[in-house]
Amino acid sequence: MLLLLVSLAVFAPLISRYQPAAQNLADILRPSSANHWLGTDQLGRDLFTRLIYAARTDLRIMILAEILPFCTGIFLGMLAGYYGKWIDALVTLMTNTLIAFPFYLIVIVVAFASGAGERGIYITFALVGWIVFARVVKGLSASLRKQEWVASAKVLGLPDSRILLFHILPNVLPQAIVVLMTDMVGLLVAIVTLGYLGIGIAPPTPDWGTMISEGQTFIYSKWWLSTIPGFAVVYTGIALSLIGDGLADLWRRK
Amino acid sequence: MKMHMLNKRRIFRKGILSNRAAGHTAATVSISILSALLKAMATVACIIVAVFFIIRIVPGDPVKMILGEHASPSEIIQMRHSLGLDLPLGQQFVRFLHHLFMYGDTGTSIIYNVSTRTLIAERTPVTLLLIVMAIAITIVVAVLLAMIAATHKDGLVDHLIRIFPTITLGMPVFWVGLLLILVFGVWLHWFPVGGTSGGLFGTLYSLTLPAITVAFSQIPSLVRSLRAQLLDVLGSDFVVTLKAAGIPNRVILFRHVLRNASIPTLMLLGVNVSYLIGGTLVIEQVFGLKGIGSLLFSAISSRDFPVIQGIALYCAVAVVLINLFIEILSGYLDPRLKGDD
Repeated sequence: MLLLLVSLAVFAPLISRYQPAAQNLADILRPSSANHWLGTDQLGRDLFTRLIYAARTDLRIMILAEILPFCTGIFLGMLAGYYGKWIDALVTLMTNTLIAFPFYLIVIVVAFASGAGERGIYITFALVGWIVFARVVKGLSASLRKQEWVASAKVLGLPDSRILLFHILPNVLPQAIVVLMTDMVGLLVAIVTLGYLGIGIAPPTPDWGTMISEGQTFIYSKWWLSTIPGFAVVYTGIALSLIGDGLADLWRRK
Repeated sequence: MKMHMLNKRRIFRKGILSNRAAGHTAATVSISILSALLKAMATVACIIVAVFFIIRIVPGDPVKMILGEHASPSEIIQMRHSLGLDLPLGQQFVRFLHHLFMYGDTGTSIIYNVSTRTLIAERTPVTLLLIVMAIAITIVVAVLLAMIAATHKDGLVDHLIRIFPTITLGMPVFWVGLLLILVFGVWLHWFPVGGTSGGLFGTLYSLTLPAITVAFSQIPSLVRSLRAQLLDVLGSDFVVTLKAAGIPNRVILFRHVLRNASIPTLMLLGVNVSYLIGGTLVIEQVFGLKGIGSLLFSAISSRDFPVIQGIALYCAVAVVLINLFIEILSGYLDPRLKGDD
């Protein structure tokens, strides 16, 4: 499923005959036809073209924005779980504080304060995205620490950094990756929501969120303009969570 | 009859309280409440610090944002001074704290020139009502669906409910709202498509669709958790005992199983409250409701940062308080939870 989506996104220029920003004011708000599979929007842009170009933008930002929080989350989670005590207390306090802010509130405020657009999205998720990973990894590494082989590794005189990197990390990574899949869905939804609210990706760059908000104006007559981009988001979400479920099953069986 | 009731009580007690250790007196309960209270206070303190610094650490100058890129330097200096932004950071923080504890707000709105507390208080009723309605719908629907799924395991509803979270995970809240507007507002004309109409009934009526939208985002995960808990409790020894004692299934399900299964789900709801409030803010925008969400967005577009700080602060503190309440409540519902820390 994801493969189809990614290849649509990657080969977008080959698949579509139109440019995503190309306007054709003679052909505005057309319903589906042979020339325009999903019709055209209020500026005569081909909806299908914009849809697959938006997949390019949104998927790229989704993956890039997830890298930093994924790494910091695992790092802090491992430290907190392995050492416990004050590091744990500090990380817990930080997560509790950030979690208290409603997710969309903090996303909206930080994205706005750091300037709307792609950069704002990266900063926002670098700031708030690590919590999920830190929590999962913290619990896992705290339970790993108590196991015998970690204790014996310590007795053998292995430095903490070695134990963390070569023994704890490989054990927490699978779970973190499963979480990553679901978290990416949430991130994608957040990117799209920011776009919808006008503080995400700025037009004319195609993005599913801005497409939905532009289409909302025509909800009475041209309902497909705002609903179809949403289905693209849902489709991506299902694909990602199925991968997550699949990976979880695979690792559980091992 | 009386004997029967008594027996039932005893069996029920055994079920829920069997693990209760001997040392759990009222003193330990109040100590754990105290520790929950202390934790909540530490979090609130951090929230206050975060709200103060969030505007200052992220790149971007609020004064430049208010005045625009082409403001003259003297204007900028004057604005800085009137907002107190020219003071050293420590002094600013003291002023911020002073204001917070004296007036309970985050300063005066730059645009409306009134206290942020007043502004937010004006907008609270709509948002609060929406949240309460959403939670009510969430709980009713989640309990119903989870019960059907758990009592008819591997039935059609059960299967649907298990697939459901996978599908809804990727649904943006605002898009669900749009779909509901389209179907129930535009096509079926059952509900108004935006704003609130007068009177209590009118308000409730126009908040129904937004509340369903917000609830929709919460239901899948709650149903999944509640279903798992219900199945867990249904398989436990005390339920088998109750059944053997000849107590009707309906009574067992509602009085005993649901109570035991509700605790972890209640905690999940506590975690989700933060998402629920965030979703509500976004949904207000979709339905054109004059609540805190629309205040937030107008404050954002006019760069009114004291208002933004105020909303962030109040919402976060509300989340902490709700979680504190849930923690204490689940302590009463299940005494086993006490003393775990």
